[in-house]
Amino acid sequence: MRLAVPSAAGRRGRGAPYALALPGGAWLLLFFLIPILAALSVSLQTGNPVNGFQLTWHFGEYSTAISMYGTQFVRSFEYGAISTGAAFLIAYPMAYWIAFHGGRHKSTYLFLILLPFFVSFVIRTLAWQFILSDQGFVLTTLEKAHLIPAGTHVLSTPFAVIAGLTYNALPFMVLPLYVAIEKIDRRVVRAATDLFARPATAFLRVVLPLSAPGIFAGFLLVFVTNVGDYVNASILGGPGTTMIGNIIQNSYLNDLNYPMASALSSILMAGLLIVIFLYARTFGAATLQEYASA
Amino acid sequence: MSENTPEQHDHLDPALVRGLTSPRYSRAQFLRSAGAGAAGLTLSGVLAACGVSGTAATGKKQSGTDWAAWWKKQKKQGVLDFANWPLYIDTSHGQHPSLNQFHKATGITVNYSEPIQDNQSFYAKISPTLQAGQSIGYDIIVITNGWQLTELIDNGWLIPLDHSQLPNFYKYAGPLFKNPNYDPGNKYTVAWQSGFTGIGYNPKLTGREITSVQDLWDPKFKGHVGMMSDNTELGSVGLLALGIDPATSKVSDWNKAAKILQKQRNQGIVRQYYDQSYIKALENGDVWITQAWSGDIFQANASGSPDLKFVVPKEGIMHWTDNMMIPMHASHPVDALAWMNFYYQPKIAAEVADWVNYITPVPDAKQILMKSDPSVGKSPLVFPTSQMKAAAHEYYVFQNYNEYNTWNGVFNPIIQS
Repeated sequence: MRLAVPSAAGRRGRGAPYALALPGGAWLLLFFLIPILAALSVSLQTGNPVNGFQLTWHFGEYSTAISMYGTQFVRSFEYGAISTGAAFLIAYPMAYWIAFHGGRHKSTYLFLILLPFFVSFVIRTLAWQFILSDQGFVLTTLEKAHLIPAGTHVLSTPFAVIAGLTYNALPFMVLPLYVAIEKIDRRVVRAATDLFARPATAFLRVVLPLSAPGIFAGFLLVFVTNVGDYVNASILGGPGTTMIGNIIQNSYLNDLNYPMASALSSILMAGLLIVIFLYARTFGAATLQEYASA
Repeated sequence: MSENTPEQHDHLDPALVRGLTSPRYSRAQFLRSAGAGAAGLTLSGVLAACGVSGTAATGKKQSGTDWAAWWKKQKKQGVLDFANWPLYIDTSHGQHPSLNQFHKATGITVNYSEPIQDNQSFYAKISPTLQAGQSIGYDIIVITNGWQLTELIDNGWLIPLDHSQLPNFYKYAGPLFKNPNYDPGNKYTVAWQSGFTGIGYNPKLTGREITSVQDLWDPKFKGHVGMMSDNTELGSVGLLALGIDPATSKVSDWNKAAKILQKQRNQGIVRQYYDQSYIKALENGDVWITQAWSGDIFQANASGSPDLKFVVPKEGIMHWTDNMMIPMHASHPVDALAWMNFYYQPKIAAEVADWVNYITPVPDAKQILMKSDPSVGKSPLVFPTSQMKAAAHEYYVFQNYNEYNTWNGVFNPIIQS
């Protein structure tokens, strides 16, 4: 018997796949490629908002940006990394518990995790400002119980900013983790215990590797968002906690220094791409492929 | 932020609601202006592939207009589109009594809206339209004196006022509001409300009276001093601390001021560089002493924090003004002038001041409020004393973008590092 060799696409005409890719392609072109090229072009322009900016291929803005704001770049990546790690440590047990022990209330628990989204992001952050204030109930109670020395303050410290970032990112970490853990075949876990693996070993050798796609997605989602965040630093931070997002906002809105704002954004994007690339090379691609082929 | 929701209560804390001269961050707002900007950059930056066109070009085009002749041709239309800051006009049960009276007296219907959250993002929003030579849809906008206002004037984006139609302004405006340094001869603007930037503090926490700008540098208040993240405010207080008048300061003075501000920061004295949220930090007790806007302290006193005090330090205070102006291409300029003139009647100014609690540009409103609402009539924060007026300093007016850029370069690192 002869197999029908021509593919489905062949029968519908060669253009079909391209036609199907058109909406997505147009979307990327319009809302991704053009803005990025525009930003890159502006970063190489010189001038001022009054007389206009001309493309002069002036790369100097990049070195100025790095020398002036290197600290804030490093700080943003540092805060981003710490808050992502912290969110992971908090979110994993949550996701694990809901997936394995949530029973028929799983959707309720997930709903509870999403509940904070019903309140504006800025208001939630402002609420932390109120809770953590010097004369607020948390610090005054701890001070009265002599658990912390008098005059301790939490607001305006790096800790407050990182805690805010972690808090705001939590749902973005829980959801992908939950999806990945939920998909794990329980029989595999049971098989591990049947083969005399202790629960800890079963978790480390079976559950954790199988949830890798969720970990990968969660890390990306949270890390990229948090590195560029500026709201937490401006509400919960103080001197010395300024993140690169705050600098970009200020160059754009206050200083009207568009080349600087664009150069900063481009550097931030490039930095994120490099980190993501390295991360994907080290952890992502291999585990994802293993997972896909498994 | 919750304060962004305008409510209908009669005396709901307007100070919390409006951003004054400082940016108040909300994600939506930032995205909106960033979006507008990105769209502008996209079109001119990539499609035209050459650059972002400057704002000066439009100004030159308009400098040849004979405005006296232009005004003669304009007619009253019976409509006024008025853009203001949130909770910045008298409000009662969703109505604005002063605007209703204006309608009764002149037949002009006012479309009152509150789209202005801060000067920077509003300027970012309207400038592409003005640059394209189109109407922004408002006949009156309210902008604080500062770089954005200077830009609007320099770009030729404001219609010079016809002073013959503003007799009440000349009759009733206080001397503080005539011929300001940022708009000589009130060519383009008349004041809406104004205020002072001085020092606010909580005497219980500082343990003593505050009299000097130097107190912001007192190591005893380490970690509890609030400074403003608006670099104009920050730089100006640094200049005052050195005994320099900001209005006539020079670049060398700016550097000196930056040095002492940096020192203040490095010693850990500054708790945070605040936007509008400083008032909350002061109420919460996070900061004991802070740079403060007069109206905020008045509002805080009236709403649960009676202990807080506003002082005019011996080095002086900064005086800022929110100004009404008519943007270029406005559809109803005569109606706009009619409102400006109407507002400057003491009776109307008193009604607005009674609700808004900032400084009214019409000193004669005091007599009216002494009878109708003495707590406001007596307040030096609404009707400043002559001693306060004498201590008032004006901000430096940037002559061009390079100066503005220099100022930013001097003071931004203090806030941002």
